[in-house]
Amino acid sequence: MNFEFSADQMQLKDIARKFLEKEESVKRARNVLEGEASYDEDLWSQIIEMGFTATAIPEEYGGLGLGYLELCVIAEELGRSLAPTPFSSSVYLASEAIINFGDESQKQSYLPGLASGEKIGAFAHSETNTSPTETNISCSFSGGTLSGTKIAVADGDVANTFIVTANNGSGVGLYLVDGTADGIEMEPQATLDPSRSHASITFSNTPATELKSDWSDVLSLLDRAAVLFSFEQLGGAEACMDMAKEYAMGRYAFGRSIASFQAIKHKLADMFIAVELARSNCYYGAWALSTDAPELPTAAATCRVSASQAFHECSKENIQTHGGMGFTWEFDCHLYYRRCRQLAANIGSQSIWKDKLIGSLERANQI
Amino acid sequence: MDFNDTPEEAKFRKEAYEWLASNAELKEGPKDSWRASSEEEGLKQVKVWQKKLHEGGWACLHWPKTYGGRESTPIERVIWGQEVSKFKVPGGYLEIGQGMAGPVMMMYATEEQKERYLPPLATGEEIWCQLFSEPAAGSDVAGIKTKAELDGDTWTINGQKVWTSGAHFSDYGILVTRSDPSAPKHKGLTFFFVDMKSPGIEVKPIKQISGGANFNEVYFTDVKIPDSQRLGAVGDGWKVSLTTLMNERLAVGDASGPDFEEAFSLARGQDLNGKLAIENDSVREKLADWYCQQSGLKYAKYRNISALSRGETPGPQSSITKIVSGNKLQEIANFGLDMLDSAGILRTDEEGAEQSMYQYGFYGAAGIRIAGGTDEILKNIISEQVLGMPQDMRADKGLPFNEIPTGNK
Repeated sequence: MNFEFSADQMQLKDIARKFLEKEESVKRARNVLEGEASYDEDLWSQIIEMGFTATAIPEEYGGLGLGYLELCVIAEELGRSLAPTPFSSSVYLASEAIINFGDESQKQSYLPGLASGEKIGAFAHSETNTSPTETNISCSFSGGTLSGTKIAVADGDVANTFIVTANNGSGVGLYLVDGTADGIEMEPQATLDPSRSHASITFSNTPATELKSDWSDVLSLLDRAAVLFSFEQLGGAEACMDMAKEYAMGRYAFGRSIASFQAIKHKLADMFIAVELARSNCYYGAWALSTDAPELPTAAATCRVSASQAFHECSKENIQTHGGMGFTWEFDCHLYYRRCRQLAANIGSQSIWKDKLIGSLERANQI
Repeated sequence: MDFNDTPEEAKFRKEAYEWLASNAELKEGPKDSWRASSEEEGLKQVKVWQKKLHEGGWACLHWPKTYGGRESTPIERVIWGQEVSKFKVPGGYLEIGQGMAGPVMMMYATEEQKERYLPPLATGEEIWCQLFSEPAAGSDVAGIKTKAELDGDTWTINGQKVWTSGAHFSDYGILVTRSDPSAPKHKGLTFFFVDMKSPGIEVKPIKQISGGANFNEVYFTDVKIPDSQRLGAVGDGWKVSLTTLMNERLAVGDASGPDFEEAFSLARGQDLNGKLAIENDSVREKLADWYCQQSGLKYAKYRNISALSRGETPGPQSSITKIVSGNKLQEIANFGLDMLDSAGILRTDEEGAEQSMYQYGFYGAAGIRIAGGTDEILKNIISEQVLGMPQDMRADKGLPFNEIPTGNK
């Protein structure tokens, strides 16, 4: 059995980690959070230069043609370092939509740009404060144009390629809108994690092309993205556990390191348990994604739920371990606390993924 | 990343399966398992099966061949475990002897003693138990009081042990005692092996919350042990104990009892307020949590196996198994009984009744969270040995053992 990343993949992970540490990615996330920019353009261009955006895009479309396992290890490091870039929107969602459901001309037109970073993609899905479903999506497509409003589109203010869910009268599928098209109105939306920009987007008879897809393909796109988002969440969770430990070791109270109190040790042990379960489930997701296994829907929901739980546990208990300092603007704890919530919301809530998990197990075990 | 065997692993797996197929009966389903009508009958069948394993060269896989083992690699042990789980074969009774007493004897006994005692452990002819815990020494097992006094070359043992599995059918036991009460806690211990038929040993079963009795109290009254049966130096008993405690932690694995599959299948067939339970959102949410825990443990185990397959030492992920599975079992058992509504609390003698399985889990989980290291001790181990956090401050550090404060429990 070889249920582990290969030496080459681990080396890539190490390269990504060192690069993001050297570039002070966490500090850059704080700068974006405190400043006016939507994302860190300098870090983004270095990420592109490293080839990370091209990882899973086939070589014939300007990508590196590596696999999803490579993308998973990069995602973990981006999550660990809170990289303030449109990577997830552009790579896990937009590129994946076109790779999986695009026709030859759509692939030719968009994938090379997404690989080289010249294009930034975004996924426009949510419309209201309830989870988008096959029946409640009101955005519509007819006669080659798309109309409707999407909210909380991650990186929507900087994207120039949109993947949009819309109903064409017979069902909901995925549509491709070029950022240069007429009839796109974008309004930035403030969120609780300003290190990642969001926007509402209104399409008014905007020219769009169909991706060959129906609702089940929308779900399948979300499943694929869920595995990659889970790795980001896993990286973030582990970073919080490490921060909490580091702080507890050096912080003294009652004449001793607070890391010697069982109340703190057991808290850290709980974080470790959550991270280990999440990591193991993420590996399952990575295996299913990279092999296109029939159990991908189950594996994706499992790692998504598990990684969301781990990041939640670790980001909140990291603040708790830091005590009052953890609640200050100055310390980085809140950056992770915010990112945890942002990632948990990005592709659907925890309750939805739990429901999907049980649903996929019901389908897999029909009586 | 794949789940495939290497060619060597595949060859070993085939060999193991073929031997099992010609010597044992395949299970009819995943829940089909060997069961004996009584403890006595079980012990008899286990001994017969172990003898067969030994003759076939499949006993004590990791032991040296000289003592009846096979000198298998850790990954081969895992593969054997996977293959054997497909068959309906007797189990139990021998784990403590082969898993804990055997390794200690191998490290500390004389060559002559090893030749005398190890082969009958491998063939299943002799059964061993472990005499460690005491009424006032559980998590703090180094706090044991059972006295050992040396006169000439004979030791006299007085005291009481508790939670000793299988003491009533064991031939021998490994025993840790206090030989110097004036030394600090960890320094005054001495380790022995003892014939369980020795005069002065009295074994009494402990009635558990389930009503069953799987463990014993063992009383020692002027029990004589020759100095030649001492393992390790006088005063080095803690060091010797650690060998077996480490093996114990590796041996205690998944909590057995109803798991996700049982809860899922119950929810899919059970009416809850006029609808199937599976349609209830709170039921679905709980099931999803348990599935994620079960899956996390399963793939953590695969990561461990992969490390073994590469010839590496597995990472610390195995330390979470018992904490997660024990708590999961307790919640699933409670859920199962809750689903059965008022009938969940009714006792029944009906064979295979659903509530019995959950009731068994309800009692069992409370014990699993304590046996072989409580949740709290395991969390200390994770934080200290995996995360490198400091040990707790100890009020008894450096004090002579007989000056350490004691409570009244």
